[in-house]
Amino acid sequence: MSGRRIAVTGIGVTAPGGIGTKNFWEFITAGRTATRTISLFDPTPFRSRVAAECDFDAAREGFSHQEIRRMDRAAQLAVMSTKESLDDSGFSPGEYYQPDRIGVSIGTAVGCTMGLEQEYSVVSDNGRRWLVDHEYGVPHLYGYFVPTSIASEVAWVAGAEGPVAVISAGCTSGLDSVGHACELIREGAIDMAVAGATDAPISPITSACFDAIKATTPRNDDPEHASRPFDADRNGFVLAEGSAVLVLEELTEARRRGAHIYAEISGFASRCNAFHMTGLRPDGREMAEAITTAMDEARINPGDVDYVNAHGSGTKQNDRHETAAFKRSLGEHAYHTPVSSIKSMIGHSLGAIGSIEIAASALTIEQGVVPPTANLHRPDPECDLDYVPCVAREQRTDVVVSVGSGFGGFQSAIVLVRPDRTER
Amino acid sequence: MSAAAVVTGIGVAAPNGLGVDDYWAATLRGDNGIDLITRFDPSGYPVRLAGEVPGFEAGDHIPGRLIPQTDHMTRLALASADWALDDAGVDPATLPEYGMGVVTASASGGFEFGQRELQKLWSKGPEHVSAYQSFAWFYAVNTGQISIRHGMRGPSGVLVNEQAGGLDAVAHARRMIRKGTQLVVSGGVDASLCPWGWVAQIALGECSTVDDPSLAYLPFSEDANGYVPGEGGAILVVEDARAAAERGAGESYGEIAGYAATFDPKPGSGREPGLRRAIQLALDDARITAPDVDVVFADAAGLPEPDRVEAEAITAVFGWRATPVTAPKTMTGRLYSGGAPVDIAAALLSMRDGVIPPTINVDHPSPRFGIDLVRQPRPESLRTALVVARGNGGFNAAMVLKSPN
Repeated sequence: MSGRRIAVTGIGVTAPGGIGTKNFWEFITAGRTATRTISLFDPTPFRSRVAAECDFDAAREGFSHQEIRRMDRAAQLAVMSTKESLDDSGFSPGEYYQPDRIGVSIGTAVGCTMGLEQEYSVVSDNGRRWLVDHEYGVPHLYGYFVPTSIASEVAWVAGAEGPVAVISAGCTSGLDSVGHACELIREGAIDMAVAGATDAPISPITSACFDAIKATTPRNDDPEHASRPFDADRNGFVLAEGSAVLVLEELTEARRRGAHIYAEISGFASRCNAFHMTGLRPDGREMAEAITTAMDEARINPGDVDYVNAHGSGTKQNDRHETAAFKRSLGEHAYHTPVSSIKSMIGHSLGAIGSIEIAASALTIEQGVVPPTANLHRPDPECDLDYVPCVAREQRTDVVVSVGSGFGGFQSAIVLVRPDRTER
Repeated sequence: MSAAAVVTGIGVAAPNGLGVDDYWAATLRGDNGIDLITRFDPSGYPVRLAGEVPGFEAGDHIPGRLIPQTDHMTRLALASADWALDDAGVDPATLPEYGMGVVTASASGGFEFGQRELQKLWSKGPEHVSAYQSFAWFYAVNTGQISIRHGMRGPSGVLVNEQAGGLDAVAHARRMIRKGTQLVVSGGVDASLCPWGWVAQIALGECSTVDDPSLAYLPFSEDANGYVPGEGGAILVVEDARAAAERGAGESYGEIAGYAATFDPKPGSGREPGLRRAIQLALDDARITAPDVDVVFADAAGLPEPDRVEAEAITAVFGWRATPVTAPKTMTGRLYSGGAPVDIAAALLSMRDGVIPPTINVDHPSPRFGIDLVRQPRPESLRTALVVARGNGGFNAAMVLKSPN
């Protein structure tokens, strides 16, 4: 099945700052920020009280009462993006592809955390009981317990009956889920995939666990400027929620169908640093290895890369790690390649952000605009690449590398190219 | 042609046996690992039986520094990974770091660890939450910890496909082997036998409320009344057959020869569930036909409707009572992401020893299902086995294993 190629034909984004792909793109290319004081719960007792929340209300978006009860917010965000993505691709379930030729691959780092914690507080009587009370366990609690339920919801919307999967490799989930879908199409198991990621982690337990390791920023007095990747004043990431879902199709089928093709996904690789569950080595070796392998699969050279969509979480450790990884994998070309982090504007939605960044990468190719790194006024001297500070840049972009890095040591890289780029 | 992916090492932590030898001996004896829960007091719950892994002292198996930062399921997974690598005769330090990967399945993460931290948060406040919570609970933890422990820096992954995920993970290992990775540690281990996990499992309404361990989990019986949850699983070493031969590995347990996954039509559609198609596609992938399959390791939901669906799929592909079917998980309970990897282990060992392990406690399989349910160890020459797994919500997977002979 070598020779089968992957077209991105639909994009749906539900992100902080704007619901829908168009709003998302306008927001990030304007360099605006959606980081604010947490409103989804009372953050008073927490070290970090900042997050990027989606202006999303399931009832307002037309979800039924039953769907709202059944689905955790992460599933709702995924379904929202799935519907937009399918609409955008011009594909309706029941048309063109048979259900068994359609697959689903959804990434999530922490699944149904909000629903789980809410139900925990009920069955445990706010933490008073170790032997929690099953009488208060709602029927859909099981769907929160095993977040496979998110992929079921997406598959039902898409009418998919091929392979359906949840991919959960921490904060690279949203890259790995798309990479997984590409592999399924390439090997011929399916012709079309609904692939993306979702996370809705803004809940006390998430804040507490990142507080405990000081991973999130304590810049509580200035939330709008709290996410500052590559800036000397950054001091941790900003937690966020969101989702992005893509429609992927085998390229010749997509062309035959007359679908609009945003970009082609031509390479993907993941590696483990086998170093530490939360720590990174400053040399960026494993991320560089992932980038190099993905470029090899895409048959591109470092000099072909027009833009790097960075992980750019805004921790000192990450920013230096990945800067080293870019230099190691792109060589001298790293200094001539714009690199930016949209987390500066919409925060770090854990597993979801990888897919949101792939969506941004596809739009960068289509629109010829590189989104900026907001809040970057005084770069860390050890971060000496071109991070596109504060203002978006118009630039023809044919080849994008997007990367992610996550707890567990996961490092992933994906390559997107302009669909009409020189035929291989 | 793609490289053959073979299983060269097995590590099992199951309710009826710790380590592959104990597990397999217990399985052939028909030892029931299901009993009253001891991990917490289950008397106030409507479901009181579980398959608990016996006699696992974490300190005997993994470094002490890992104990405060890991959930029970991760300790079982780390120990099982060690055993699997030992069994395969692999010293990871001698292999290329990017040539080794890890891909595991997970279902609910480190839930017991999570309950303790949730309780601290809600009863005492955020400053009491462990610095390890950020990674001890999440689904990717077993892959991450195994990769770190053995210096495996190649492609990695985590699949969360409820109880089908164990097959999906091992199939993904095969995919990685075909793309050039030499060795992949795969499988799945789950353990959510804590009150919070228990309440979540009860909420589904599919667990057996019977208190007699010999009557609680009776798949394919007219008395099927639910399943018994368990903990544990299996970790496998999957290798490129040629690379394994080059490093001087002995004979493998067998080859991962075929696989497919499907998803059921949306509930209420009235259309055929996807399981038959998954089985047929897995046979096609292995380039075999139904008569080539010597034994089927069933998903064995233990509930009337899912049992009927599975029996219909099996008989549609293989014919009426044509191929032996077994469910050794009647001895362990359903192990979530760990269940299918244990079935893979059992299938490989069956082929090695020429004996089909029994389904226990099902004295009266329903004749209407038309399956030849193996209820005593059955000596038979076995060359090809099929493992079936399903996940709540519509997930189906099937895998064909071939003996090395």
